Amino acid sequence: MSTPGTPPPTAVPPFPRDRREGDVAVVAFSQTRHMAADSGAPEARLVHTVVSDVLQRAGIDRGDIGFTVSGSLDYLAGTPFTFVGALDAVGAWPPISESHVEMDAAWALYEAWLRLRHGDIDTALVYGFGKATQGDLPDILTLQLDPYYLAPLGIDDISLAALQARALLDAERVTEADLAAVVDRSYAAARANPYSAQAGFTPDTLLTSEYVAHPLRPGDIARPCDGAAAVLLATGDTARRIAEAQGTRPAWIRGLEQRVDAHGPGARDLTRCDAAERAAVAAGVGAAPVQVAEVHARYSHQEPLLRGALGLDDGVEVNPSGGPLGADPVMATGLVRVGEVARRIAAGAAERGVAHAAQGPCLQHNLVTVLEG
Amino acid sequence: MSGRPVAVIGVGQTRYRTRRDDVSIAGLVREAALRALEDAGLDFADIDAVVLGKAPDLFEGVVMPDLYLADALGARGKPLLRVHTAGSVGGSTGIVGASHIASGAFERVLVVAWEKQSESNATWALTLAHPMSTSLVVGAGGYFAPFIRAYIERSGAPGRIGPMVAAKDRRNALRNPYAHLRIPDITPEMVEATPMLWEPIRYLEACPSSDGACAVVLGGRTAARAAPGAPAWVLGTAMRSEPIAFAGRDAVDPRAGRDCAADVYAQAGIADPRRDIDVAEVYVPFSWYEPMWLENLGFASPGEGWRLTESGATAIDGDTPWNPSGGVLSANPIGASGLIRFAEAAQQVRGAAGDHQIDGARTALGHAYGAGSQFFAMWIVGSECP
Repeated sequence: MSTPGTPPPTAVPPFPRDRREGDVAVVAFSQTRHMAADSGAPEARLVHTVVSDVLQRAGIDRGDIGFTVSGSLDYLAGTPFTFVGALDAVGAWPPISESHVEMDAAWALYEAWLRLRHGDIDTALVYGFGKATQGDLPDILTLQLDPYYLAPLGIDDISLAALQARALLDAERVTEADLAAVVDRSYAAARANPYSAQAGFTPDTLLTSEYVAHPLRPGDIARPCDGAAAVLLATGDTARRIAEAQGTRPAWIRGLEQRVDAHGPGARDLTRCDAAERAAVAAGVGAAPVQVAEVHARYSHQEPLLRGALGLDDGVEVNPSGGPLGADPVMATGLVRVGEVARRIAAGAAERGVAHAAQGPCLQHNLVTVLEG
Repeated sequence: MSGRPVAVIGVGQTRYRTRRDDVSIAGLVREAALRALEDAGLDFADIDAVVLGKAPDLFEGVVMPDLYLADALGARGKPLLRVHTAGSVGGSTGIVGASHIASGAFERVLVVAWEKQSESNATWALTLAHPMSTSLVVGAGGYFAPFIRAYIERSGAPGRIGPMVAAKDRRNALRNPYAHLRIPDITPEMVEATPMLWEPIRYLEACPSSDGACAVVLGGRTAARAAPGAPAWVLGTAMRSEPIAFAGRDAVDPRAGRDCAADVYAQAGIADPRRDIDVAEVYVPFSWYEPMWLENLGFASPGEGWRLTESGATAIDGDTPWNPSGGVLSANPIGASGLIRFAEAAQQVRGAAGDHQIDGARTALGHAYGAGSQFFAMWIVGSECP
């Protein structure tokens, strides 16, 4: 089943299985205690916290990093070049080999992973950050839409997500009770996660309060946070050495794929996520059992949608961290998914996991990472 | 460079203009992409991944426009990456595209960089207004003018050098059908007669604001063999960044630029850039950046760059031609400007640079820089497979 005009899933050849396949691992991860209210800390401070922490965990110096790449969004601060100020926190002296994507930092990880596969460097630092509390995220994301035909309508991200939730309800793919169960479990997990903005928060009224945009209630919608995350990648023996020094093991990247879908929500079947399906197939999610997954579901209905698109069976534990409903440090949220899965594999709590990141209206652009111990 | 060999197998540019009201943003990027695909003898269906670059989203007011442009660039169902490294972004986008192939993951990658500056006001959009920091409403020219003054002071360069560069690059632009500024019979005297914008930068010593897009199709060895035209092989790529301000930083001759050049030269086997590089396309948005970058890139000793410019060595008929396309001074769609440098360098070694072709060019440098002279991206391309 595919939407008209969608190229066949074979349009992009699967990743070549060459000798370096699987040779890159996540060896350290750090995140801030994400905040749903502005603490006054500037971006550079958030970045400094996680970069310093990840290097300390890994036991390496800034000068040892082969490549650095970050993800952020100027519109969160409403001014150009937020990544320039954040660079101060990385300690870029002597000058460093460095790049930046205006995307969720999970795509920065993608760029770093490509770079490591050249074979001439053995470590890469990836970080993402954002202070989403400084603006109105749904309004900012309206400016993400086609500027001629869609943005002038003024539809915001929550309203578009509600259309998707409605499509799933109408197709009887989910019920409102299913959405409530996702919210309940996410908040329970978030309360146990010290990095989550919802730690200590009890959602007494979430399931009975007024709809924000039918059928979504406040609890169904991620609250944008200020926060940052950093991941250290390493290859081969370097990865083993860094992990061993921490008393953990490398979380090897066995598949890393990303696909974008058509932009207009009207051009897609919103009850599916074609780009996530393609990325998951290409990354080899189904090649072996998966124990844990973290998915970038900023709305409750997106979790069951993504569970299906990624081919995760009922036995897979999804978003044990509480997921984006627990904490949504915009532009780092996708990278946090990778870090949360890698952390569990590094500690031996899981053998194989899947991390998913998304951006764009109604899950337009999707990235899937398969991590193994 | 490291990893698998990478070649430029197609180049496409739009004509650069103050306003391209005849096309939408999607129409603009598609125009360049289709020309690059045609040059490479390919269709969108042949492309494995798309890499998109542009400067701040505030220029057009579209947040993360890669999402909206996915359809126009044939990216649906494929990987897409959006690069943003300030003014160096066009160069960085080319390098990230090359990395896609060098990694072994892809065989044919479409790289597109663009800006539609008529949608906004660049001086406003480039004026930092971070909370808790002083806002300098100065734009790029106001930011770089003190660095230029410091260079003139340090080197003792005579005031005529800047206007010489401005006139030289605009004369070259008359040979380039894509160039934005086309000023027949331009002379240094004409430049000196224009108003002072940011002392010592006069009106005609500054780059224009342009709408435009540049696209490059990159391929691996198999794709290069199948391409109808001559490939340009990527012999080296490098990026370097340093902090915007600290007491030990030399903003006139940034170490990040020197380190970046040393890295890319080592990869490409360049021992003496003036001797070993046949032609250079270097990011010169304000005239004085030619002598400054001649020194930073090792074409001249510190303090001596202006003498090279004055001698005519960097003219199109000189022994080390710089910016035969007319350079950033003749067209500046900011996010695309770096990729245009990279693409023009490739066209030179492909023998496809038309009326601004340097005879026998076999090795060329593409260069871009950004933000507070702190981000650098460079590649060396050659006519022979490494």
